Amino acid sequence: MRFMEPKIDQLRVSKVLSIIENDTEEARRIIDELPQRDYFVIGVTGSPGAGKSSLTDRLACMSADEKSTAVVAIDPSSPFTGGAFLGDRIRMRRATDDPEIFVRSMASRGNVGGLSPSIYNTVELLGRSGYERIYVETVGAGQSETDIVNLADIVILVLAPGLGDDVQTMKAGIMEIGDIFVVNKSDLPGSDQLFSRTRAILELSGKQLPVVRTNSIKGNGIEELHKKIGAILEDHVDSGRLSEKRRKRNLYNNLNSAYQIIKEHYAENAKLEELIKYLLENIGRESK
Amino acid sequence: MKIKVLVAKPGLDGHDRGAKVVAMALRDAGMEVIYTGLRQSPESIVKAALQEDVDVVGLSILSGAHMKICSKVLQLMKDSGIGNKPIFVGGIIPAEDAEELRRAGIFEVFGPGTSLKSIAEKIEETVKK
Ligand code: B12
Ligand SMILES: Nc1nc2c(ncn2[C@@H]2O[C@H](COP(=O)(O)OP(=O)(O)OP(=O)(O)O)[C@@H](O)[C@H]2O)c(=O)[nH]1
Ligand SMILES: [Mg+2]
Repeated sequence: MRFMEPKIDQLRVSKVLSIIENDTEEARRIIDELPQRDYFVIGVTGSPGAGKSSLTDRLACMSADEKSTAVVAIDPSSPFTGGAFLGDRIRMRRATDDPEIFVRSMASRGNVGGLSPSIYNTVELLGRSGYERIYVETVGAGQSETDIVNLADIVILVLAPGLGDDVQTMKAGIMEIGDIFVVNKSDLPGSDQLFSRTRAILELSGKQLPVVRTNSIKGNGIEELHKKIGAILEDHVDSGRLSEKRRKRNLYNNLNSAYQIIKEHYAENAKLEELIKYLLENIGRESK
Repeated sequence: MKIKVLVAKPGLDGHDRGAKVVAMALRDAGMEVIYTGLRQSPESIVKAALQEDVDVVGLSILSGAHMKICSKVLQLMKDSGIGNKPIFVGGIIPAEDAEELRRAGIFEVFGPGTSLKSIAEKIEETVKK
Protein backbone atom coordinates (compact mmCIF):
# COMPACT_ATOMS: atom_id res chain seq x y z
CA MET A 1 0.00 0.00 0.00
CA ARG A 2 2.84 2.36 -0.80
CA PHE A 3 0.53 4.78 -2.60
CA MET A 4 -1.27 5.66 0.59
CA GLU A 5 1.73 6.28 2.78
CA PRO A 6 3.03 9.76 2.04
CA LYS A 7 5.33 11.61 4.45
CA ILE A 8 2.54 13.91 5.59
CA ASP A 9 -0.65 12.30 6.90
CA GLN A 10 -3.00 13.29 4.07
CA LEU A 11 -6.04 11.68 5.63
CA ARG A 12 -5.70 13.86 8.71
CA VAL A 13 -5.03 17.01 6.68
CA SER A 14 -8.00 16.26 4.47
CA LYS A 15 -10.42 15.81 7.36
CA VAL A 16 -9.22 18.98 9.09
CA LEU A 17 -9.63 20.94 5.86
CA SER A 18 -13.31 20.01 5.83
CA ILE A 19 -13.71 21.40 9.33
CA ILE A 20 -11.89 24.55 8.25
CA GLU A 21 -14.17 24.94 5.28
CA ASN A 22 -17.31 24.76 7.39
CA ASP A 23 -16.51 26.17 10.81
CA THR A 24 -14.15 29.12 10.98
CA GLU A 25 -14.08 29.36 14.77
CA GLU A 26 -13.02 25.75 15.08
CA ALA A 27 -10.56 26.28 12.23
CA ARG A 28 -8.76 28.99 14.17
CA ARG A 29 -8.59 26.82 17.26
CA ILE A 30 -7.07 23.90 15.37
CA ILE A 31 -4.55 26.07 13.54
CA ASP A 32 -3.44 27.80 16.73
CA GLU A 33 -2.51 24.46 18.24
CA LEU A 34 -0.03 23.73 15.46
CA PRO A 35 3.45 25.27 15.39
CA GLN A 36 4.06 28.03 12.84
CA ARG A 37 6.16 27.11 9.84
CA ASP A 38 7.61 28.75 6.77
CA TYR A 39 5.89 28.14 3.48
CA PHE A 40 5.46 29.85 0.14
CA VAL A 41 2.13 30.47 -1.54
CA ILE A 42 2.32 30.56 -5.32
CA GLY A 43 -0.82 32.00 -6.91
CA VAL A 44 -1.83 30.95 -10.40
CA THR A 45 -4.47 33.10 -12.05
CA GLY A 46 -5.72 34.03 -15.52
CA SER A 47 -8.68 33.70 -17.88
CA PRO A 48 -10.87 30.59 -17.88
CA GLY A 49 -9.18 27.90 -19.95
CA ALA A 50 -5.80 29.65 -20.19
CA GLY A 51 -4.11 26.54 -18.85
CA LYS A 52 -3.81 27.31 -15.13
CA SER A 53 -4.43 23.72 -14.06
CA SER A 54 -2.15 22.16 -16.67
CA LEU A 55 0.59 24.58 -15.72
CA THR A 56 0.10 24.13 -11.99
CA ASP A 57 0.29 20.38 -12.53
CA ARG A 58 3.74 20.73 -14.10
CA LEU A 59 5.04 23.25 -11.60
CA ALA A 60 3.83 21.27 -8.61
CA CYS A 61 5.63 18.16 -9.81
CA MET A 62 8.81 20.16 -10.23
CA SER A 63 8.56 21.60 -6.71
CA ALA A 64 7.81 18.20 -5.30
CA ASP A 65 11.29 17.00 -6.24
CA GLU A 66 12.67 19.23 -3.49
CA LYS A 67 9.83 20.37 -1.24
CA SER A 68 6.60 19.05 0.19
CA THR A 69 4.00 20.40 -2.19
CA ALA A 70 0.26 21.00 -2.06
CA VAL A 71 -2.22 22.37 -4.58
CA VAL A 72 -5.55 24.08 -3.90
CA ALA A 73 -7.69 24.60 -6.99
CA ILE A 74 -10.75 26.81 -6.79
CA ASP A 75 -13.75 26.71 -9.12
CA PRO A 76 -16.90 28.81 -8.97
CA SER A 77 -20.05 27.85 -7.07
CA SER A 78 -23.33 28.43 -8.82
CA PRO A 79 -24.96 31.57 -7.42
CA PHE A 80 -28.36 29.94 -7.96
CA THR A 81 -28.05 26.48 -6.44
CA GLY A 82 -24.83 26.79 -4.42
CA GLY A 83 -23.59 23.66 -6.19
CA ALA A 84 -20.25 23.44 -7.97
CA PHE A 85 -18.54 21.42 -10.65
CA LEU A 86 -14.91 21.09 -9.60
CA GLY A 87 -12.94 19.88 -12.59
CA ASP A 88 -9.36 20.98 -12.06
CA ARG A 89 -8.16 17.46 -11.19
CA ILE A 90 -8.84 16.47 -14.80
CA ARG A 91 -5.83 18.52 -15.91
CA MET A 92 -3.65 17.59 -12.96
CA ARG A 93 -2.89 14.03 -13.81
CA ARG A 94 0.76 14.11 -12.80
CA ALA A 95 0.21 15.84 -9.49
CA THR A 96 -2.77 13.67 -8.59
CA ASP A 97 -0.77 10.55 -9.37
CA ASP A 98 2.19 11.67 -7.27
CA PRO A 99 1.78 10.06 -3.84
CA GLU A 100 3.38 13.01 -2.02
CA ILE A 101 1.48 15.90 -3.62
CA PHE A 102 -1.73 16.87 -1.88
CA VAL A 103 -4.39 18.21 -4.25
CA ARG A 104 -7.61 19.72 -2.99
CA SER A 105 -10.49 21.22 -4.96
CA MET A 106 -12.57 24.00 -3.45
CA ALA A 107 -15.72 25.81 -4.43
CA SER A 108 -15.76 29.60 -4.25
CA ARG A 109 -18.96 29.48 -2.15
CA GLY A 110 -20.14 32.94 -3.04
CA ASN A 111 -16.78 34.67 -2.71
CA VAL A 112 -16.31 37.19 -5.48
CA GLY A 113 -12.57 37.79 -5.49
CA GLY A 114 -11.56 34.54 -7.22
CA LEU A 115 -10.82 32.63 -4.01
CA SER A 116 -12.94 30.77 -1.46
CA PRO A 117 -14.04 32.03 1.97
CA SER A 118 -11.78 29.62 3.86
CA ILE A 119 -8.71 29.90 1.66
CA TYR A 120 -6.53 31.77 4.17
CA ASN A 121 -7.05 29.21 6.90
CA THR A 122 -6.73 26.40 4.37
CA VAL A 123 -3.33 27.62 3.28
CA GLU A 124 -2.22 28.21 6.86
CA LEU A 125 -3.20 24.69 7.85
CA LEU A 126 -1.38 23.19 4.88
CA GLY A 127 1.68 25.22 5.80
CA ARG A 128 1.60 24.21 9.43
CA SER A 129 1.06 20.59 8.40
CA GLY A 130 4.43 20.61 6.66
CA TYR A 131 3.71 21.67 3.07
CA GLU A 132 6.42 24.08 1.98
CA ARG A 133 5.13 25.03 -1.45
CA ILE A 134 1.43 25.69 -1.79
CA TYR A 135 -0.01 26.43 -5.22
CA VAL A 136 -3.37 28.16 -5.34
CA GLU A 137 -5.26 28.14 -8.63
CA THR A 138 -7.95 30.83 -8.65
CA VAL A 139 -11.25 30.61 -10.48
CA GLY A 140 -10.94 31.72 -14.09
CA ALA A 141 -10.35 35.40 -13.58
CA GLY A 142 -11.84 38.38 -15.34
CA GLN A 143 -11.01 41.75 -13.91
CA SER A 144 -12.23 41.75 -10.36
CA GLU A 145 -10.85 38.42 -9.23
CA THR A 146 -7.72 39.89 -7.76
CA ASP A 147 -7.78 38.72 -4.14
CA ILE A 148 -4.95 36.32 -4.88
CA VAL A 149 -2.55 39.23 -4.58
CA ASN A 150 -3.29 39.42 -0.84
CA LEU A 151 -2.84 35.71 -0.32
CA ALA A 152 0.11 34.71 -2.46
CA ASP A 153 3.82 35.41 -2.09
CA ILE A 154 4.03 35.46 -5.87
CA VAL A 155 1.33 35.67 -8.52
CA ILE A 156 1.65 33.99 -11.89
CA LEU A 157 -0.67 35.44 -14.49
CA VAL A 158 -1.43 32.97 -17.25
CA LEU A 159 -2.42 34.29 -20.67
CA ALA A 160 -3.21 32.33 -23.81
CA PRO A 161 -3.98 33.23 -27.41
CA GLY A 162 -7.56 33.12 -28.61
CA LEU A 163 -9.18 33.96 -25.28
CA GLY A 164 -9.50 37.68 -25.74
CA ASP A 165 -6.51 37.91 -23.48
CA ASP A 166 -5.19 40.65 -25.63
CA VAL A 167 -6.00 44.31 -25.33
CA GLN A 168 -9.06 43.65 -23.22
CA THR A 169 -7.36 42.02 -20.28
CA MET A 170 -4.28 44.12 -20.57
CA LYS A 171 -6.21 47.17 -19.50
CA ALA A 172 -7.96 45.50 -16.65
CA GLY A 173 -6.98 45.29 -13.01
CA ILE A 174 -5.78 41.78 -13.39
CA MET A 175 -2.69 42.86 -15.30
CA GLU A 176 -1.56 44.74 -12.25
CA ILE A 177 -1.31 41.76 -9.96
CA GLY A 178 1.12 39.54 -11.85
CA ASP A 179 4.72 39.05 -10.71
CA ILE A 180 5.42 36.75 -13.62
CA PHE A 181 3.54 36.67 -16.90
CA VAL A 182 3.10 33.41 -18.74
CA VAL A 183 2.04 33.19 -22.35
CA ASN A 184 0.81 29.61 -22.42
CA LYS A 185 -0.18 27.52 -25.44
CA SER A 186 2.95 28.59 -27.27
CA ASP A 187 2.04 25.99 -29.89
CA LEU A 188 -1.07 27.89 -30.98
CA PRO A 189 -1.27 30.62 -33.61
CA GLY A 190 -1.38 34.09 -32.11
CA SER A 191 1.08 33.15 -29.40
CA ASP A 192 3.92 35.19 -30.92
CA GLN A 193 1.80 38.31 -31.09
CA LEU A 194 0.48 37.84 -27.58
CA PHE A 195 4.01 37.43 -26.31
CA SER A 196 5.35 40.59 -27.91
CA ARG A 197 2.20 42.54 -27.03
CA THR A 198 2.50 41.51 -23.40
CA ARG A 199 6.11 42.57 -23.28
CA ALA A 200 5.36 45.86 -24.96
CA ILE A 201 2.58 46.68 -22.55
CA LEU A 202 4.67 45.83 -19.52
CA GLU A 203 7.43 47.99 -20.86
CA LEU A 204 5.02 50.86 -21.40
CA SER A 205 3.84 50.62 -17.84
CA GLY A 206 7.46 50.73 -16.72
CA LYS A 207 7.42 47.28 -15.18
CA GLN A 208 10.35 44.99 -15.62
CA LEU A 209 8.55 41.76 -15.09
CA PRO A 210 9.47 38.44 -16.65
CA VAL A 211 7.34 37.05 -19.48
CA VAL A 212 7.73 33.33 -20.10
CA ARG A 213 6.31 31.28 -22.95
CA THR A 214 5.09 27.80 -22.14
CA ASN A 215 3.36 24.82 -23.61
CA SER A 216 1.88 23.07 -20.63
CA ILE A 217 0.83 20.05 -22.66
CA LYS A 218 4.32 19.24 -23.91
CA GLY A 219 6.19 20.89 -21.05
CA ASN A 220 8.19 23.50 -22.95
CA GLY A 221 9.24 26.51 -20.91
CA ILE A 222 8.13 25.06 -17.60
CA GLU A 223 11.61 24.62 -16.24
CA GLU A 224 12.47 28.20 -17.07
CA LEU A 225 9.28 29.34 -15.38
CA HIS A 226 9.99 27.26 -12.31
CA LYS A 227 13.48 28.73 -12.05
CA LYS A 228 12.17 32.28 -12.39
CA ILE A 229 9.65 31.67 -9.63
CA GLY A 230 12.43 30.39 -7.39
CA ALA A 231 14.61 33.40 -8.17
CA ILE A 232 11.86 35.89 -7.45
CA LEU A 233 10.98 34.21 -4.17
CA GLU A 234 14.63 34.31 -3.15
CA ASP A 235 14.72 37.97 -4.08
CA HIS A 236 11.66 38.60 -1.94
CA VAL A 237 13.32 36.91 1.01
CA ASP A 238 16.41 39.10 0.68
CA SER A 239 14.54 42.34 0.15
CA GLY A 240 12.20 41.76 3.10
CA ARG A 241 9.20 41.87 0.77
CA LEU A 242 8.31 38.35 1.77
CA SER A 243 7.90 39.11 5.45
CA GLU A 244 5.81 42.11 4.45
CA LYS A 245 3.62 39.78 2.35
CA ARG A 246 3.24 37.43 5.29
CA ARG A 247 2.30 40.19 7.65
CA LYS A 248 -0.33 41.22 5.19
CA ARG A 249 -1.56 37.68 4.70
CA ASN A 250 -1.99 37.26 8.45
CA LEU A 251 -3.88 40.50 8.65
CA TYR A 252 -6.21 39.43 5.88
CA ASN A 253 -6.64 36.05 7.46
CA ASN A 254 -7.64 37.57 10.78
CA LEU A 255 -10.12 39.94 9.25
CA ASN A 256 -11.47 37.41 6.84
CA SER A 257 -11.94 34.90 9.64
CA ALA A 258 -13.76 37.47 11.71
CA TYR A 259 -16.01 38.15 8.76
CA GLN A 260 -16.68 34.44 8.25
CA ILE A 261 -17.41 33.83 11.91
CA ILE A 262 -19.95 36.63 11.88
CA LYS A 263 -21.50 35.23 8.74
CA GLU A 264 -21.64 31.73 10.17
CA HIS A 265 -23.07 32.66 13.56
CA TYR A 266 -24.64 36.09 13.48
CA ALA A 267 -25.65 36.49 9.88
CA GLU A 268 -28.62 38.59 10.85
CA ASN A 269 -26.37 41.33 12.18
CA ALA A 270 -26.13 43.17 8.89
CA LYS A 271 -24.43 46.26 10.22
CA LEU A 272 -21.60 44.29 11.77
CA GLU A 273 -21.18 42.30 8.62
CA GLU A 274 -21.05 45.49 6.62
CA LEU A 275 -18.38 46.93 8.86
CA ILE A 276 -16.13 43.91 8.60
CA LYS A 277 -16.65 43.81 4.87
CA TYR A 278 -15.62 47.41 4.69
CA LEU A 279 -12.51 46.79 6.75
CA LEU A 280 -11.66 43.79 4.64
CA GLU A 281 -11.96 45.74 1.46
CA ASN A 282 -10.00 48.72 2.63
CA ILE A 283 -7.38 47.52 5.01
CA GLY A 284 -3.87 47.28 3.70
CA ARG A 285 -4.95 48.91 0.52
CA GLU A 286 -2.05 51.33 0.74
CA SER A 287 -0.90 52.69 -2.57
CA LYS A 288 1.87 50.68 -4.17
CA MET B 1 -23.18 21.65 5.18
CA LYS B 2 -22.48 21.09 1.50
CA ILE B 3 -22.52 17.53 0.22
CA LYS B 4 -19.32 16.63 -1.63
CA VAL B 5 -19.40 13.91 -4.25
CA LEU B 6 -16.63 12.39 -6.30
CA VAL B 7 -17.66 11.30 -9.80
CA ALA B 8 -15.03 9.13 -11.44
CA LYS B 9 -14.65 7.07 -14.60
CA PRO B 10 -12.49 4.05 -13.88
CA GLY B 11 -10.56 2.03 -16.42
CA LEU B 12 -10.38 2.44 -20.17
CA ASP B 13 -14.11 3.02 -20.59
CA GLY B 14 -14.65 6.09 -22.78
CA HIS B 15 -18.42 6.45 -22.19
CA ASP B 16 -18.44 9.66 -20.21
CA ARG B 17 -21.84 11.07 -21.11
CA GLY B 18 -23.61 9.48 -18.16
CA ALA B 19 -20.92 10.54 -15.68
CA LYS B 20 -21.08 14.13 -16.91
CA VAL B 21 -24.87 14.25 -16.91
CA VAL B 22 -24.97 12.91 -13.38
CA ALA B 23 -22.21 15.30 -12.23
CA MET B 24 -24.12 18.28 -13.63
CA ALA B 25 -27.39 17.11 -12.09
CA LEU B 26 -25.78 16.80 -8.67
CA ARG B 27 -24.26 20.24 -9.03
CA ASP B 28 -27.69 21.61 -9.91
CA ALA B 29 -29.03 19.90 -6.81
CA GLY B 30 -26.65 22.09 -4.80
CA MET B 31 -23.81 19.61 -4.28
CA GLU B 32 -20.09 20.14 -4.79
CA VAL B 33 -19.00 17.62 -7.39
CA ILE B 34 -15.40 16.70 -7.99
CA TYR B 35 -15.09 15.29 -11.48
CA THR B 36 -11.87 13.44 -12.24
CA GLY B 37 -12.30 12.76 -15.93
CA LEU B 38 -11.64 9.56 -17.86
CA ARG B 39 -9.28 6.65 -17.33
CA GLN B 40 -8.81 6.66 -13.59
CA SER B 41 -7.15 3.76 -11.83
CA PRO B 42 -8.76 2.48 -8.63
CA GLU B 43 -5.70 3.91 -6.84
CA SER B 44 -6.20 7.42 -8.19
CA ILE B 45 -9.93 7.26 -7.41
CA VAL B 46 -9.32 6.33 -3.79
CA LYS B 47 -6.58 8.93 -3.53
CA ALA B 48 -8.98 11.58 -4.81
CA ALA B 49 -11.65 10.47 -2.34
CA LEU B 50 -9.12 10.77 0.46
CA GLN B 51 -7.69 14.15 -0.49
CA GLU B 52 -11.06 15.70 -1.23
CA ASP B 53 -12.76 14.22 1.83
CA VAL B 54 -15.94 13.56 -0.14
CA ASP B 55 -19.15 12.26 1.43
CA VAL B 56 -19.97 9.95 -1.46
CA VAL B 57 -17.90 8.18 -4.12
CA GLY B 58 -19.60 7.75 -7.50
CA LEU B 59 -18.30 5.42 -10.20
CA SER B 60 -19.60 5.30 -13.76
CA ILE B 61 -18.83 2.04 -15.55
CA LEU B 62 -20.18 1.01 -18.96
CA SER B 63 -17.31 -1.22 -20.03
CA GLY B 64 -18.42 -4.43 -18.38
CA ALA B 65 -15.44 -4.44 -16.01
CA HIS B 66 -17.52 -3.38 -12.98
CA MET B 67 -16.93 -6.46 -10.82
CA LYS B 68 -13.16 -6.21 -10.92
CA ILE B 69 -13.04 -2.44 -10.58
CA CYS B 70 -15.49 -2.30 -7.69
CA SER B 71 -13.76 -4.99 -5.70
CA LYS B 72 -10.43 -3.19 -6.10
CA VAL B 73 -11.90 0.16 -5.09
CA LEU B 74 -13.62 -1.39 -2.07
CA GLN B 75 -10.36 -3.01 -1.00
CA LEU B 76 -8.33 0.19 -1.40
CA MET B 77 -10.92 2.23 0.47
CA LYS B 78 -10.55 -0.13 3.37
CA ASP B 79 -6.73 -0.10 3.25
CA SER B 80 -6.51 3.68 3.02
CA GLY B 81 -8.30 4.23 6.31
CA ILE B 82 -10.92 6.51 4.77
CA GLY B 83 -13.67 4.56 6.45
CA ASN B 84 -17.09 3.61 5.24
CA LYS B 85 -18.00 6.08 2.55
CA PRO B 86 -21.04 5.11 0.51
CA ILE B 87 -20.10 4.12 -3.03
CA PHE B 88 -22.68 4.63 -5.79
CA VAL B 89 -22.20 2.88 -9.12
CA GLY B 90 -23.93 3.68 -12.40
CA GLY B 91 -23.74 2.41 -15.97
CA ILE B 92 -24.37 -0.91 -17.68
CA ILE B 93 -24.63 -3.39 -14.81
CA PRO B 94 -26.65 -6.62 -15.20
CA ALA B 95 -29.14 -7.19 -12.38
CA GLU B 96 -27.40 -10.20 -10.88
CA ASP B 97 -24.09 -8.33 -10.83
CA ALA B 98 -25.77 -5.38 -9.16
CA GLU B 99 -27.02 -7.70 -6.45
CA GLU B 100 -23.55 -9.11 -5.91
CA LEU B 101 -22.01 -5.63 -5.81
CA ARG B 102 -24.44 -4.60 -3.09
CA ARG B 103 -23.52 -7.67 -1.09
CA ALA B 104 -19.84 -6.80 -1.50
CA GLY B 105 -20.38 -3.33 -0.03
CA ILE B 106 -21.40 -1.07 -2.90
CA PHE B 107 -24.14 1.15 -1.53
CA GLU B 108 -26.37 1.49 -4.59
CA VAL B 109 -26.37 0.66 -8.32
CA PHE B 110 -28.18 2.67 -11.01
CA GLY B 111 -28.78 1.59 -14.61
CA PRO B 112 -29.68 3.45 -17.81
CA GLY B 113 -32.79 5.57 -17.61
CA THR B 114 -32.62 6.26 -13.88
CA SER B 115 -34.05 9.71 -13.28
CA LEU B 116 -31.42 12.24 -12.28
CA LYS B 117 -33.72 13.57 -9.61
CA SER B 118 -33.95 10.21 -7.90
CA ILE B 119 -30.14 9.86 -7.93
CA ALA B 120 -29.73 13.25 -6.26
CA GLU B 121 -32.44 12.44 -3.73
CA LYS B 122 -30.90 9.10 -2.87
CA ILE B 123 -27.49 10.67 -2.29
CA GLU B 124 -28.94 13.43 -0.16
CA GLU B 125 -30.91 10.96 1.91
CA THR B 126 -27.85 8.76 2.41
CA VAL B 127 -25.55 11.57 3.51
CA LYS B 128 -28.08 13.24 5.80
CA LYS B 129 -28.61 10.00 7.68
C1 B12 C 1 -23.43 6.69 -26.58
C2 B12 C 1 -22.73 5.35 -26.60
C3 B12 C 1 -21.42 5.33 -27.07
C4 B12 C 1 -20.67 6.59 -27.46
C5 B12 C 1 -20.09 7.22 -26.18
C6 B12 C 1 -20.04 8.74 -26.18
C7 B12 C 1 -19.59 9.28 -24.83
N1 B12 C 1 -18.63 10.17 -24.85
O1 B12 C 1 -20.12 8.90 -23.78
C8 B12 C 1 -19.57 5.99 -28.38
C9 B12 C 1 -20.09 5.98 -29.82
C10 B12 C 1 -18.22 6.70 -28.37
C11 B12 C 1 -19.51 4.56 -27.89
C12 B12 C 1 -18.43 3.73 -28.09
C13 B12 C 1 -18.38 2.40 -27.69
N2 B12 C 1 -19.38 1.68 -27.13
CO1 B12 C 1 -21.02 2.47 -26.53
N3 B12 C 1 -22.74 3.00 -26.13
C14 B12 C 1 -23.37 4.16 -26.15
C15 B12 C 1 -24.85 3.98 -25.75
C16 B12 C 1 -25.69 3.91 -27.02
C17 B12 C 1 -25.45 5.04 -24.85
C18 B12 C 1 -24.61 5.41 -23.62
C19 B12 C 1 -25.04 6.74 -23.08
O2 B12 C 1 -24.37 7.76 -23.27
N4 B12 C 1 -26.19 6.78 -22.41
C20 B12 C 1 -26.75 8.00 -21.84
C21 B12 C 1 -26.30 8.12 -20.37
C22 B12 C 1 -26.93 9.37 -19.74
O3 B12 C 1 -26.73 6.99 -19.68
P1 B12 C 1 -25.80 6.13 -18.73
O4 B12 C 1 -24.38 6.32 -19.03
O5 B12 C 1 -26.32 4.76 -18.66
O6 B12 C 1 -26.07 6.84 -17.33
C23 B12 C 1 -27.26 6.69 -16.59
C24 B12 C 1 -27.16 5.57 -15.55
O7 B12 C 1 -26.40 4.49 -15.99
C25 B12 C 1 -26.64 6.22 -14.33
N5 B12 C 1 -25.21 6.49 -14.17
C26 B12 C 1 -24.20 6.46 -15.03
N6 B12 C 1 -23.04 6.82 -14.46
C27 B12 C 1 -23.28 7.09 -13.18
C28 B12 C 1 -22.47 7.49 -12.13
C29 B12 C 1 -23.00 7.70 -10.86
C30 B12 C 1 -22.14 8.17 -9.79
C31 B12 C 1 -24.39 7.47 -10.65
C32 B12 C 1 -24.96 7.68 -9.34
C33 B12 C 1 -25.22 7.06 -11.71
C34 B12 C 1 -24.66 6.88 -12.96
O8 B12 C 1 -27.30 7.46 -14.39
C35 B12 C 1 -27.39 7.93 -15.74
C36 B12 C 1 -28.69 8.65 -15.89
O9 B12 C 1 -29.76 7.77 -15.86
C37 B12 C 1 -24.79 2.60 -25.00
C38 B12 C 1 -26.06 1.77 -25.05
C39 B12 C 1 -27.00 2.11 -23.93
N7 B12 C 1 -28.25 2.13 -24.26
O10 B12 C 1 -26.60 2.38 -22.81
C40 B12 C 1 -23.64 1.91 -25.71
C41 B12 C 1 -22.78 0.86 -24.96
C42 B12 C 1 -22.52 1.38 -23.54
N8 B12 C 1 -21.55 0.83 -25.73
C43 B12 C 1 -21.07 -0.35 -25.82
C44 B12 C 1 -19.87 -0.66 -26.52
C45 B12 C 1 -19.51 -2.13 -26.60
C46 B12 C 1 -19.07 0.35 -27.09
C47 B12 C 1 -17.73 0.16 -27.84
C48 B12 C 1 -16.78 -0.83 -27.14
C49 B12 C 1 -17.80 -0.22 -29.27
C50 B12 C 1 -19.14 -0.42 -29.81
N9 B12 C 1 -19.45 -1.67 -30.06
O11 B12 C 1 -19.82 0.54 -30.06
C51 B12 C 1 -17.15 1.59 -27.87
C52 B12 C 1 -16.16 1.77 -26.75
C53 B12 C 1 -15.81 3.21 -26.43
C54 B12 C 1 -14.80 3.34 -25.32
N10 B12 C 1 -13.67 3.97 -25.57
O12 B12 C 1 -15.02 2.90 -24.23
C55 B12 C 1 -21.92 -1.38 -25.10
C56 B12 C 1 -21.29 -1.84 -23.77
C57 B12 C 1 -21.47 -3.33 -23.56
C58 B12 C 1 -21.17 -3.80 -22.16
N11 B12 C 1 -20.74 -3.03 -21.23
O13 B12 C 1 -21.36 -4.96 -21.92
C59 B12 C 1 -23.26 -0.65 -24.99
C60 B12 C 1 -24.09 -1.06 -23.76
C61 B12 C 1 -24.06 -0.94 -26.27
C62 B12 C 1 -24.47 -2.39 -26.39
N12 B12 C 1 -25.70 -2.71 -26.06
O14 B12 C 1 -23.70 -3.22 -26.82
N13 B12 C 1 -20.63 4.20 -27.23
N1 LIG D 1 -2.67 23.70 -27.35
C1 LIG D 1 -2.51 23.83 -26.03
N2 LIG D 1 -3.55 23.56 -25.22
C2 LIG D 1 -3.36 23.70 -23.88
C3 LIG D 1 -2.11 24.10 -23.33
N3 LIG D 1 -2.25 24.14 -21.97
C4 LIG D 1 -3.53 23.78 -21.71
N4 LIG D 1 -4.20 23.51 -22.86
C5 LIG D 1 -5.61 23.08 -23.00
O1 LIG D 1 -6.45 24.15 -22.62
C6 LIG D 1 -7.61 23.67 -21.96
C7 LIG D 1 -7.76 24.31 -20.60
O2 LIG D 1 -6.67 23.90 -19.79
P1 LIG D 1 -6.74 24.00 -18.20
O3 LIG D 1 -5.41 23.68 -17.67
O4 LIG D 1 -7.90 23.23 -17.71
O5 LIG D 1 -7.05 25.55 -18.05
P2 LIG D 1 -7.53 26.36 -16.77
O6 LIG D 1 -7.02 27.73 -16.92
O7 LIG D 1 -7.14 25.63 -15.54
O8 LIG D 1 -9.10 26.32 -16.93
P3 LIG D 1 -10.23 26.69 -15.83
O9 LIG D 1 -9.79 26.13 -14.52
O10 LIG D 1 -11.44 26.03 -16.37
O11 LIG D 1 -10.32 28.17 -15.83
C8 LIG D 1 -7.47 22.16 -21.89
O12 LIG D 1 -8.17 21.59 -22.96
C9 LIG D 1 -5.98 21.95 -22.05
O13 LIG D 1 -5.69 20.70 -22.61
C10 LIG D 1 -1.03 24.36 -24.23
O14 LIG D 1 0.10 24.70 -23.84
N5 LIG D 1 -1.28 24.21 -25.56
MG1 LIG E 1 -8.36 24.87 -13.96
